[in-house]
Amino acid sequence: MVGAANGAGVIAAAAFTLPALGFALGPIFKKTPHTWETVGTTGDFNEDNYVPVVFTLTPGIGEAGKTTAYVRKFNPKIDTDPYDRDSQYIAISSRCAHLGCPVRWVDAAERFICPCHGGVYDLLGRRVGGPPVRPLDRFYTRVEGQSVQLGPRFSVNSELQRFSPRDPGEPLDGIGQYLYPSRPTERKL
Amino acid sequence: MARTRKAPAPPLPKPLRAPPPRPSEQNGKGGALQDAKEAGTTVVDWIDERTSLSGAGRWLLFRKVPKGTNWFYTLGSATLFAFLSQAVTGVFLAMYYRPDPAGGAYESIRHVTNEVFLGQFVRGMHLWGASVMVILAFLHMGRTFFFGAYKYPRELNWVIGVVLLILTLVMAFSGYLLPFDQRAYWATIVGVNINGTGPLIGPYLSDFLRGGGEFGATTLSRFYAIHMLLVPGLIVALIGAHLYLVTKLGTTAPPWSKAEETPELREAEV
Repeated sequence: MVGAANGAGVIAAAAFTLPALGFALGPIFKKTPHTWETVGTTGDFNEDNYVPVVFTLTPGIGEAGKTTAYVRKFNPKIDTDPYDRDSQYIAISSRCAHLGCPVRWVDAAERFICPCHGGVYDLLGRRVGGPPVRPLDRFYTRVEGQSVQLGPRFSVNSELQRFSPRDPGEPLDGIGQYLYPSRPTERKL
Repeated sequence: MARTRKAPAPPLPKPLRAPPPRPSEQNGKGGALQDAKEAGTTVVDWIDERTSLSGAGRWLLFRKVPKGTNWFYTLGSATLFAFLSQAVTGVFLAMYYRPDPAGGAYESIRHVTNEVFLGQFVRGMHLWGASVMVILAFLHMGRTFFFGAYKYPRELNWVIGVVLLILTLVMAFSGYLLPFDQRAYWATIVGVNINGTGPLIGPYLSDFLRGGGEFGATTLSRFYAIHMLLVPGLIVALIGAHLYLVTKLGTTAPPWSKAEETPELREAEV
């Protein structure tokens, strides 16, 4: 009798605790489909300077779901990435690799500068000063007909090797990539 | 073993004791006027007969405190009052607030601040009260530390107090996002990313806070639920445990107060 009552209590408690826990943790493991957003035509971008584009990264929450990327054409003289389908255009995320504030491209200094804690990045998005722990993130790009499209985000280490997207503040050099595991639901392409 | 005698209940302070009956009032049959006078006592007696709450009330409120107790000992109560103020103003703000990230949240806060009668005042109480509560909690903690009041047998109360401080900071952090203006949004981005810099579990922690890999549609409602349902419940429960232990163990004398000389004890020691 006592055992049955206790067992029933445990089952009843689990019956509302476990679904609630799953409800709270579920969104973390949800796989979000890749979207490709058109940000301009091939004529809008050049090899030597960045053009800022604003596009929706998270749909359904209005202005809060938008983000800025700085886009230019692949320039074989400075870019060290392999030139492939995904890198005909270079799209640098404005999300600072320190703690996620929006950096802006300062043309006169030829630097990305973060207003929050003074992170500074060069033309390729590599850190040249301040607290950031890795270069600026990038977006995959592709050309569909005449339009340039931006896809999912990826992160790079200081040699500009590609990694699955990480949050700001998480270094990727050395053992960094193991100390800050990537999400199983979001891989590099 | 002899039965231990129960200690007598602490006496009521003088103003609360019933006065002796006046000569003009006959005991027991004073008429309607006398009944009306005693109505409050009757109601309290009725409840007390069925709950025995008065003993617990006296135990909580009229306990003995050590010599040298001073104003520093009120910092804990001050923190409690700051929490009660946050709870009351928070309930009334929740009547107007909409956790809608597509503009509704900002609009509802603008409505409270600019259009609701006393809305700016109540919101200001909640906003500034948050800082007051954090500051008071730290001062209370400092008093406990410097007076040595965390030592045996009060270690558990110190631990509960530390958990309460962390929960207070969680409240301050989760409440910061709710106005959903530029400052709230970017401060939360930065705060969540600071959580993410912890090795190994950091990325999972920030994903849990955001409810996904990016600041998304459920982040605001998630923070709202944490801010007004989850953490306040925990804080109330832990404040209860904290107060129970304070009453059970009593407060400490200040470190500079000396024990009174007891000649008998001195002789026995030698």
